[in-house]
Amino acid sequence: MTSPADTHTAAPQLSAGPRPAPGPAADEGLSRRLRALACTAPLHDLDARKANLAGAYTVYAMAEVALAAIDLVTLNMDFDTGADHDQIVARLLPRIAAQAPDRSDTEHERVARWVLENLINVGSVDRGFRAVYGTFGPDGVYIRRDYDFKLVEEVPGHGGSVYLRTTDEAVNVLVGALDTDVTSAQIAAEVKLEVLISRGRLADAQLAAEQARYRTVQYAETLRRTLEATRRNVRAVDWLNAVPDMIAEALDHVADRYRHENAILTNIRKARDEAEEPEHKRRAAELVDIVKDCIRRHTQLQSRLLEAGPLFRAEQDRQAFAPPTAHAGLDLYGQLLAPLLPLPVDQATRATDAFFTHGTGLRTPVSVRVGDLVEMLLTPPVEREHLGAEMPEPDLIATPDDSRFSEEQLAHAMELLDLDHDVPRRLSGLLAEARLRDPDLPYLVALLAVHAASPPVGTAYRQGERRLLFAVDDGTPLDDHEFGGADLIVGTALLDAAGMAADRKDAS
Amino acid sequence: MTEPYAEPTDAWGDPQPAYPAETVPQTAPTAVTPADAADAARLVSYGLQPKLMPARDAEYAGLLRRYREEPPFARLADAVATGLGLVVLEVSTRAGMAVTAAEDSVFAVRMGDYARRASSDTADRFLHGLAHLAVAAMAFPRPEDLADDAYIGRITVNGVDAFVRQACHRLEERAEREGDNTDPATDSPGLESGWRVYARRSSTGATKDARRLAGSTTGIIGKAAAFLADSGFLQRTGDDAGGTYRTTARYQLQVRDMAGGAAMAELLELGVVPVTDGSATLLPPPDADGLELAADAGLPFHS
Repeated sequence: MTSPADTHTAAPQLSAGPRPAPGPAADEGLSRRLRALACTAPLHDLDARKANLAGAYTVYAMAEVALAAIDLVTLNMDFDTGADHDQIVARLLPRIAAQAPDRSDTEHERVARWVLENLINVGSVDRGFRAVYGTFGPDGVYIRRDYDFKLVEEVPGHGGSVYLRTTDEAVNVLVGALDTDVTSAQIAAEVKLEVLISRGRLADAQLAAEQARYRTVQYAETLRRTLEATRRNVRAVDWLNAVPDMIAEALDHVADRYRHENAILTNIRKARDEAEEPEHKRRAAELVDIVKDCIRRHTQLQSRLLEAGPLFRAEQDRQAFAPPTAHAGLDLYGQLLAPLLPLPVDQATRATDAFFTHGTGLRTPVSVRVGDLVEMLLTPPVEREHLGAEMPEPDLIATPDDSRFSEEQLAHAMELLDLDHDVPRRLSGLLAEARLRDPDLPYLVALLAVHAASPPVGTAYRQGERRLLFAVDDGTPLDDHEFGGADLIVGTALLDAAGMAADRKDAS
Repeated sequence: MTEPYAEPTDAWGDPQPAYPAETVPQTAPTAVTPADAADAARLVSYGLQPKLMPARDAEYAGLLRRYREEPPFARLADAVATGLGLVVLEVSTRAGMAVTAAEDSVFAVRMGDYARRASSDTADRFLHGLAHLAVAAMAFPRPEDLADDAYIGRITVNGVDAFVRQACHRLEERAEREGDNTDPATDSPGLESGWRVYARRSSTGATKDARRLAGSTTGIIGKAAAFLADSGFLQRTGDDAGGTYRTTARYQLQVRDMAGGAAMAELLELGVVPVTDGSATLLPPPDADGLELAADAGLPFHS
């Protein structure tokens, strides 16, 4: 170089002659990667800072706990709320306990809370992280910029509670530098899963299935935001084309994924049954759970999508058909708020200050008398009630016992019907025996026998019962002065409980 | 019930000609007695208690009637208000004696008294001001709502937060689409875009005593709503979604006649010119570089 060049702006000399510094376009990929890199910094930071904590915490792998926490929060995110603080802490405890089994439970919980609070970054007012990186501006000047991001954020839930949600950045960090379209990423992950399963590589398959689930959550989150915007202002959303297209697309997506995942489910079940290694079997079983959760989330998404149309019509009735007034006023949003938001804070503050000064009305100035002041200072503060108002003792009224049969009678009837499994009896015999004990008892026995004619096999099967009362009509008429109909054969069937349990697992 | 706005400056030169002088001869004296002055001052003092409803107080209602029926008394009350540093927005049975603080008046609310952090931190100062603007924008989403005297707006604290967050999100998406790098230069916080300041402030946070985190956006908006409720501008109706409120006639007047214009004047001075010909209802944002709106969309929530 013959002329002195500013070292800040000089570009590497790839070809002959000086070239201008790379512009923003050339820098974009770099800054994107720098930002992605920055998102991992809080996790590394945890391990770096754990030595500073009071107590020997170096035994804990903080980054691992943090990633597990992000996993848990992501999986517990729903449409309306996020994950609960305490729930996340509770679920983290087994992992932390495994890292240091000889430490106390309180310490484990402290570690869990420390990691979670650091992921939220409770200490800062923004509750976020900031990384500084440099780029070349369009004019070739090197600028340092602030990149602000959050990993776990707190959102308001119902009734003033606070929930946790993972941000897009965190989801992207978690599943690995994903600067791609949500839909296509999901398809890719699922195709990968199918390939993996067909080749029998279940360990990788589980990873891919979990990734697919994160994608599903992310997709639902995007949709939730769009639907919320729809609710706020009907005219703001393009209901002629864009939103119906979006909903149709999403419904297609749900239908498609549902079919797809059911197919995967069948495949994995087969893989699980055919697997001989217990480790493979276990992994496949976990995979079944994950895919079932995916299906559940799709169903939830679908029901939200179906609500969108009626919501639009109701809002339109409310908003669009209101009679127009004679004169138009100031458009607070379009003329004030919207133009103001993109302005630099310094300038925007002038307008917000003006609105504040003129929009807050008046306050009557307080003038204090010394006499009052002394009294005010000496008044003890009112203690805040922790437990709330006392609950009134509920006034309970005993309801009259209007049962047709007494407990004792039921016990007698059950005793009568407690038959040996290979010795069934006729209903007529049972009725005669019952009549000897109690004139009312035959009615109960007859009732139980009729019920047994159609025994709840499915319920007994699900509940793992070992015996089941049944009644069969073989065509013999009942000869009794109180009852008519068929003289049922009443017996007890033994159920194969162990076999059923195994079948139940298979079915799920 | 509407009444022409009684601007204190106009009130002197333009007596309200509701009743010819001869129909009320006994109340058109040329001299003002000290008793009249006391009544006029009392009416203004009622106006200083914004939560007081004329319908609930016979003396207040009586003085309001006198204001409307006796132009000299009305002028006297206006003069008292002006002398105290108050601006009369409207005098009617629905809003009462709606007065507000003139700039530099002892009654004016100062940002530093309102929020301690706001005087030292530019971001906090902006967010507190923005919260008030956003509450108004949500309370009166369309220009017709602000113009319609019968309109009652309803807001929730969480709803306002979501609304602004969504607007910020759109701006972020637009910046991303246009390939702008919106990360501000280090050490020049004043150049950061407004939406970005809002977007990176967390919307809520857990606190030890289960109260709202004061520095979070719902905390800031909740403070604004509670303050406005204290000023008689909003009425709290429930605790859902961070607190639900409905607007009062006074708030509509305040926003329409005072705050909106003042903020607009600042924006005009900054060269951000909101275009209006007075006929359009939902106006798109003014600047050409502004939001790319879908047809007929007054808000940036289009796909």
